[in-house]
Amino acid sequence: MLERSYEKYFRQNRLPHLWCPGCGNGTAMKSIVQAIETKNLDQDKTIIVSGIGCSSRASGYMNFDTLHTAHGRAIPFATGIKLANPELNVVVITGDGDCTAIGGNHFIHGARRNVDLTVIMFNNHIYGMTGGQASPMTPLHKKATTAPYGTVDRPFDACHLAEAAGATYVARSTAFHVKHLSDMIAAGFDNKGFSFIEAVVQCPTAFGRKNKMGDAPDMMKWMRDTAVMKAAWDKLPEDKREGKFPIGLFYQADFLEYTTAYQEVIDVAGGAK
Amino acid sequence: MKSEITIKSVRCKGCGICVAFCPKKVLGINLLGKVQVVDSEACIACGQCELRCPDYAIFVDKKVEL
Repeated sequence: MLERSYEKYFRQNRLPHLWCPGCGNGTAMKSIVQAIETKNLDQDKTIIVSGIGCSSRASGYMNFDTLHTAHGRAIPFATGIKLANPELNVVVITGDGDCTAIGGNHFIHGARRNVDLTVIMFNNHIYGMTGGQASPMTPLHKKATTAPYGTVDRPFDACHLAEAAGATYVARSTAFHVKHLSDMIAAGFDNKGFSFIEAVVQCPTAFGRKNKMGDAPDMMKWMRDTAVMKAAWDKLPEDKREGKFPIGLFYQADFLEYTTAYQEVIDVAGGAK
Repeated sequence: MKSEITIKSVRCKGCGICVAFCPKKVLGINLLGKVQVVDSEACIACGQCELRCPDYAIFVDKKVEL
């Protein structure tokens, strides 16, 4: 067998990873490195920054300069890296809890500033690592250890949130649609500005088991059957959208990128001489 | 046999995603909870197993006739 070319982007001595059997994070991580390979990003000029949680373990397995930061604070650390050296490609890997709860403020302000980051949020709908507590993205009436009768909190739509906050590239895909996910991430690398990609992943251990969604393959079939491509979603009548969600590119805009805007200030002010 | 299937058993956690998405029922989970080939002749090298394996444990190559 010919060794797969993406294997060079993994730290071989750290594999197999510690994610549960059937966890979608592994598939999503492969999609990221395949997107990096497609766009030919220099391995020495690509930085992976992650927060805390199942998803954020990814930085430990990826063979780049990586930073595993404080809970919810991946985007501020990444902003610092980008401002210190705007040449670098900075990729943020975060989870639904890390990004929208603990790091909710950092997320919207990163988007507002339009810093040139590619933020990939693994959405497993729950806090997996700490024992299955409800996150801000646990769907309404779904069960969690902190919501044994089903959660009554309305979930965030992180894509709407990113768009409203000022992100210039917003997309969603799933761990079932591997190639599509990789394409969405690759297009995010091309955007000069804040790019947000939500990767819906299955969590059979915490979310699936609590909600009787079956094992990992069943959860992947659930993604196959409920995810609808954006073009088809737009034509879908309101009453048929129940229980389904759209995937694809949702929003793209042109706006002055933050490090460019900051360089203008440096030029005017004279900078450090 | 049109394909060559390589399994890195040390990485496999036996989640069964490859088994479930194989259109030709080529794969199965053995007593040790790892994937194994049960019907290699049926494989059409579509690569669905490799595509979604979360542990990068299974690889399918089209066999090149020499």
